[in-house]
Amino acid sequence: MSTLKVLLKKEVLQFKRNLFLPKLVVVFPIMIMLIIPWVTTMDVRHVNVSVVDNDHSQLSQRIINKINASEYLTLHSVTGSFDLSFNSLEHGDVDAILEIPQDFEKGFVTGSTKKLSISANSVNATKGSLGLQYLAQTLATSIKEMRASHSPTQAGDLVVIQNRYNPTLEYRNFMIPALLVMLLIIVTGFLPALNFVGEKEIGTIEQINVTPVNRFTFTLAKLIVYWVAGFLVITIGMLVAWLVYGLTPVGNILAIYTISMLFILVISGFGLIASNLSSTMQQAVFFMFFFVMVFILMSGLLTPIESMPQWAQYFTYILPPRYFISTIRAVYLKGATFYDMRYNYYALAAFAVVMNLGASLTYRKQS
Amino acid sequence: MSNNDYIIEVKDLTKQFGSFTAVDHISFEVRRSEIFGFLGANGAGKTTAMRMLCGLSYPTSGAGTVAGFDVRKEGEKIKRHIGYMSQRFSLYEDLTVLENMELFGGIYQVDKKTLRERARHMLERLDFYEERNTLVGSLPLGWKQKLAFVVATIHKPEIVFLDEPTGGVDPITRRQFWEMIYQAASEGTTIFVTTHYMDEAEYCNRISMMVDGKIKALDTPANLKKSFNAASMDEVFRILARDAQRGD
Repeated sequence: MSTLKVLLKKEVLQFKRNLFLPKLVVVFPIMIMLIIPWVTTMDVRHVNVSVVDNDHSQLSQRIINKINASEYLTLHSVTGSFDLSFNSLEHGDVDAILEIPQDFEKGFVTGSTKKLSISANSVNATKGSLGLQYLAQTLATSIKEMRASHSPTQAGDLVVIQNRYNPTLEYRNFMIPALLVMLLIIVTGFLPALNFVGEKEIGTIEQINVTPVNRFTFTLAKLIVYWVAGFLVITIGMLVAWLVYGLTPVGNILAIYTISMLFILVISGFGLIASNLSSTMQQAVFFMFFFVMVFILMSGLLTPIESMPQWAQYFTYILPPRYFISTIRAVYLKGATFYDMRYNYYALAAFAVVMNLGASLTYRKQS
Repeated sequence: MSNNDYIIEVKDLTKQFGSFTAVDHISFEVRRSEIFGFLGANGAGKTTAMRMLCGLSYPTSGAGTVAGFDVRKEGEKIKRHIGYMSQRFSLYEDLTVLENMELFGGIYQVDKKTLRERARHMLERLDFYEERNTLVGSLPLGWKQKLAFVVATIHKPEIVFLDEPTGGVDPITRRQFWEMIYQAASEGTTIFVTTHYMDEAEYCNRISMMVDGKIKALDTPANLKKSFNAASMDEVFRILARDAQRGD
């Protein structure tokens, strides 16, 4: 026990004297939380629309005004020919072209409706498809209003859409809990791994290995420092989310800290395995990076697991961040309870055991 | 093999890395409280042999005991009884002199009061107590080496292993270093030291000469010179190392 105290003192002193680490732990989460939610947005705004108006009717005017007023659409130009509009699309100035055929309004009234055509630049698939959707919605509203003015009895919405849990449909709210995950991977996964390999590179580990110190005690002393740092990071991250974005966890904050603790155990154990198997920092970083790439891209951090192919979905079950990400989102946004998410807690606890067992098996004082 | 006069007993100790035999069936004994010089050219296998004795490396074959414990199975028990100073400086440069002493003293479970007194005593003897709160990283190499020796003996081990402790330090510091070694030996610590400097070899009680992983000669410096009909240890070394395949 007293050995742990001695070692802990060493780690704390080294951490404090490091020029970079204390700043990293405080500044890094603040920076990430301030900047990333703004830039990693999937919300499509400013879809540039060019309208080819062959109708010149009251209805076509109404549609044009509607587009102009839309928050998501920007009216780029109204032209008389498709070729002209298409030219702008090819130049990249326009994202979508709406072509209103001749006698559209007339046909609408007489019942022999002519078809509107929309062409969208879908190089960026998200922007293309969402842009199309917005445009179609805008058209639908215009037509509905038009219809309502012709026969008022038909007024009224047939469909009511309500976005539960993320009412403003902000991608940001989806991202913020996920950013906490990335922060933890870096602070409690990468940093202890680098610290450990650092001792190998400098040679100090040799002086430690030749003492009777228990390797678990030595490792534990290192990890405790980074666990505390991890809690600090999570706390700072949640504070920024609240103060800047007004996003507070709907669920119990203890449920968030518990799942975070489990994840910290998993990822720091993983970092230790990486450092035990590497003899230089470069090796450790490449080793970690390989897995972290998979973690970030396949654990549902950026894109939902449900939209992956089936085989990939099965694969995600062996990725620990998957359990953490879905839990923290559910607790943060939906107010899920520990009981609701209990299987995720169990899974992460099991991973924590496996990882740390692996870490202690791969650490050798004697070779 | 339990002669109490011997603190290290080694029989046919061998270490192979793949097809390369770094240490090839070496056998020797080290007496309690003697200064045992472990000499050889670069790459002769000195460090590898020493690492096996310290419980840092498993022997491929052969047997040995250090302080009464088996080098194959009781590495962690050996570690309680030895001190070790690596060839490469390996104290924490971002900790102060005193913090390093307290860290390693604490690991060996030396109680705080004894540790404080011992640290003060050892540093004062080196006229270094004023520098106790200096970061180790900012010390000159000679001082680092002396400090490494102090830390390696902070827990009063039965035996201390020194791997080229005077590499790269000036003659005056080397002289002081050997005074420290004699001081520790006079207090009953066994010294196991590797070196390239043949003048230092003369300071040892007994010497083993290692060439290409094998021990070619083992005796007191005087006897070695006599049997090889040489004027100095330097000559003895050159006669022995003439046929060496390894080394630079």
